[in-house]
Amino acid sequence: MTGRPGRATAPPQGDPPASYADGARAGLPFAISVFAVGISFGVLATEIGWGPVAPIVISAVVFSGSAQFALATVLGGGGSAAAAVLAALLVNLRYLPMGLAIAPSLLGGRWRRALEAQAVVDSSWVLAARRDGTFDRRILIGSTVPQYLGWVAGTAVGAFGVDLIRDPAALGLDALFPAFFLVLLAEDLRRRRARVVAALGAVIALVLIPVSPVGVPVLVAAGAALLGVRRP
Amino acid sequence: MSGLWAPVAAVAAIVAATKAAGPLLIGRRDLPAWALRVVALLPAALLSALIVVETLSVGRELVLDARAAGVGATGVALALRAPLLVAIGVAPVVTALLRAVA
Repeated sequence: MTGRPGRATAPPQGDPPASYADGARAGLPFAISVFAVGISFGVLATEIGWGPVAPIVISAVVFSGSAQFALATVLGGGGSAAAAVLAALLVNLRYLPMGLAIAPSLLGGRWRRALEAQAVVDSSWVLAARRDGTFDRRILIGSTVPQYLGWVAGTAVGAFGVDLIRDPAALGLDALFPAFFLVLLAEDLRRRRARVVAALGAVIALVLIPVSPVGVPVLVAAGAALLGVRRP
Repeated sequence: MSGLWAPVAAVAAIVAATKAAGPLLIGRRDLPAWALRVVALLPAALLSALIVVETLSVGRELVLDARAAGVGATGVALALRAPLLVAIGVAPVVTALLRAVA
């Protein structure tokens, strides 16, 4: 790894395998985005009356942007606790196929693997993915560490700086994450089959966004990968 | 505030459980060849869906706003083989500029 955001590749013969430090370097650019999104969460959570300490504790314990935004949006909008928890569950269901995918690449027995899988977040999971369907667990864990720190630190900045940062959207930082994802996807698009799957996934998401609960479009779109059941 | 911690604990448990479920189910077993082919395509499916959701929607609403222009600029930069930092950096810059003039 050279520190640029790129996918894990099988090291050439003789090269040392990727280290946790390689993973941390790969995760660093994402940590900046996560920090920015963390600020948005800190601001939102404080504005709906949770702040300033609770949002930081929540980010440290839950560590899932999509789940936390779902929770804050539903509860902040006057929804019930049950509806908020259900919303958070729906946006996290994508971790089921992601966890199944990465399990064989983790170390130890099933409980050790389940513990290592706690390091799974979208970006680190993609960074760790190799072309052959296996994953580099050091890249996964290494790249999640700076993102965890960035998430908690960003939340703290947003929660305590809520009066200074009135409008995090003005900085355009919400465009950072999809831009990173596009860079990661671009590497995949050199393969014809991946192009077909990506196009199908995008169409599924587009069609489902207006008609299904938040979280369901991404989960169903993941099913586009089932095209891989057939041999190319 | 007192009503906050029960749902927070539930959500924390849900996040941990969804991440743990796959490894708990599979344990030390390896995936069959067809499943490995599916897994190799899973990043493409997830990434494109996440890009669509994070660029073109607010909640359940489809919207076309400054984010789309910013992420579109990243696409153009990638097509022009710009350095990666430039390709990523143009997204917030374009998005922020559009919001400033809007």
